[in-house]
Amino acid sequence: MSNLEETARSLFKEEKVNLIIGFEEGSRHPRPFFCTSTDDIPKLILDKRCHNNTAVYLTKKDLLGTGLVGIVATLRVLKSALQLSLENQINEGQFIFIAGEDASDVQVLKDKASIQSYVDAHPEIPDSKVEERLHHIESMSREDRWAFWKNELSKCIRCYACRAACPLCYCERCVAEVNCPQWIDPWAAPLSNMEWQVNRAMHMAGRCTGCGACYEACPLDLPINLLTKELSSEISEDFGKGISGNVLSSFNPADKENFFK
Amino acid sequence: MKRYIIEKSKVNEWLKQIIKSTERVLAPVKDGEKVYFRPITSPQETDYDSVTTTESAKETVFPRTETLFRFKTEGKDTTLSEVSAESYPQTVLWRARPCDAVGFLPLDAIFNWDYKDNIYNLRRAKLTIVSFSCNTSDSCCFCTSVGGGPGNTEGTDILVTLLNDERALAEVVTEKGEKLISLCPTLFKAVESDEDKSSALAKISSRFTSEQVQEHLKNAFDSSIWKQQSARCIGCGACAFVCPTCACFDIQDDKCGRDGKRIRCWDSCGFSLFTKHTSGYNPRPEQSMRWRQRLLHKFSYMPDRIKVLGCTGCGRCSRACPVDMNIAEHLYSIANYNHEK
Repeated sequence: MSNLEETARSLFKEEKVNLIIGFEEGSRHPRPFFCTSTDDIPKLILDKRCHNNTAVYLTKKDLLGTGLVGIVATLRVLKSALQLSLENQINEGQFIFIAGEDASDVQVLKDKASIQSYVDAHPEIPDSKVEERLHHIESMSREDRWAFWKNELSKCIRCYACRAACPLCYCERCVAEVNCPQWIDPWAAPLSNMEWQVNRAMHMAGRCTGCGACYEACPLDLPINLLTKELSSEISEDFGKGISGNVLSSFNPADKENFFK
Repeated sequence: MKRYIIEKSKVNEWLKQIIKSTERVLAPVKDGEKVYFRPITSPQETDYDSVTTTESAKETVFPRTETLFRFKTEGKDTTLSEVSAESYPQTVLWRARPCDAVGFLPLDAIFNWDYKDNIYNLRRAKLTIVSFSCNTSDSCCFCTSVGGGPGNTEGTDILVTLLNDERALAEVVTEKGEKLISLCPTLFKAVESDEDKSSALAKISSRFTSEQVQEHLKNAFDSSIWKQQSARCIGCGACAFVCPTCACFDIQDDKCGRDGKRIRCWDSCGFSLFTKHTSGYNPRPEQSMRWRQRLLHKFSYMPDRIKVLGCTGCGRCSRACPVDMNIAEHLYSIANYNHEK
């Protein structure tokens, strides 16, 4: 255990990292910060207000350079990193994780096993607001639920902040941009917005770590995290809690259906 | 410009008349934590507390999705039909802010630059703007740094200032504005002398000048500041879509069998596909180049080509940004940075 500043200094000096992705004070709340030299270390902060899921930068190759990269990692960052590793998007040894929730108390994690045990030792407290909203929506009649989502999603302006903020939306070409055939209409309208958000949720099925970055990024506060969250619960009900990876591309050779063989 | 005094308590009476006589009145309406310009049917629906709406007022003239024309194919023939001019409603934009009103000037210039956009101009001709001076601001507001102000009348048809007593001042800038006053002639009293409204306005200190920014941008194309500033940008379109002056669009066909319509929908230079060529080549492959484009377009290319700044200082992009790309802070850095290094 040590503090963030000392740890960052030692990473630059001993481990020869070129970059530490962390947080700095922002204009209204803390924001992601790219610390590229020891001179910038005093700007690094870490506390409960550090909300951004900075794991989103782990797959941005042009930002990372070629050297070793450190990342100040809250629980949500670590969970996303584990999923990215499972999906072969990041490699062991590519990043050094400075794990913690407060600058006074961080620890360095270098491999998948230690990240996994850190995550296991720090169970996330369910967000009561999210649970409440989900429960509320589940208790609605089908018609009311449809009206609720139609109303919410008709506000969507298709800025794709949800996609951009999600560490697991790393596709170089998103399904929303494939135009031969055009699966999803790219203009903002109630139906095409629904197509986009339902597709996003389906592609997150069994992968979403529930960090809520999509909701926090949405400039209109659309509760789209509830869609992926609900799908996660359905996946674990249908396929078991232990399922790891992406249900869209996972299969069981013993499955009675044989279309994938 | 004509000036009138109306009792604050009579403003709703006036608005009621406006609603009665206008096809569509859009006003700020609260929805959860957000505030949107939405059609109202009674004055009570209006939210007067918000500094600005979450989205800009550009949608009144440049909707997120606009049908340009319809088409129908029969055999080898394709017939086109225009959208009827009557389908664009006579609109009053109520309780806009001075930064909303001034935002229509760059849009007017863009949509009439080389090509005169008929649909835009039809919508614009049917729009009357009643803005209200700001008596409050937040940390994202910076209108005074880009030539605006909390009591600016530029671009508006009427500017209403709620004075510190029981009265409100209506400054009427255009004929369209005069028409709205004439709906309730008994509620308004013309005043000759200059009514001092300054004490009723929010105090927003200027952090830089647009001239300063423009001057620094002249040598900034190859500056290292773009990479530095944009490192955290995640490349979404939130800033562009809430911006009152961002007017980039995409053209799409919405087809069903032989019938269809051609659509204009919002696009953003922040998206990586925005400039990607069919060949696969992308002249702006990195986010830093797209960020540079965003600022150069607003603060250099637009003033050069269409003589108007592409920013009103409304601060919506800063409020909407998921990673706090605070534009005023970035502009301040640009105006105080040595771009030669």
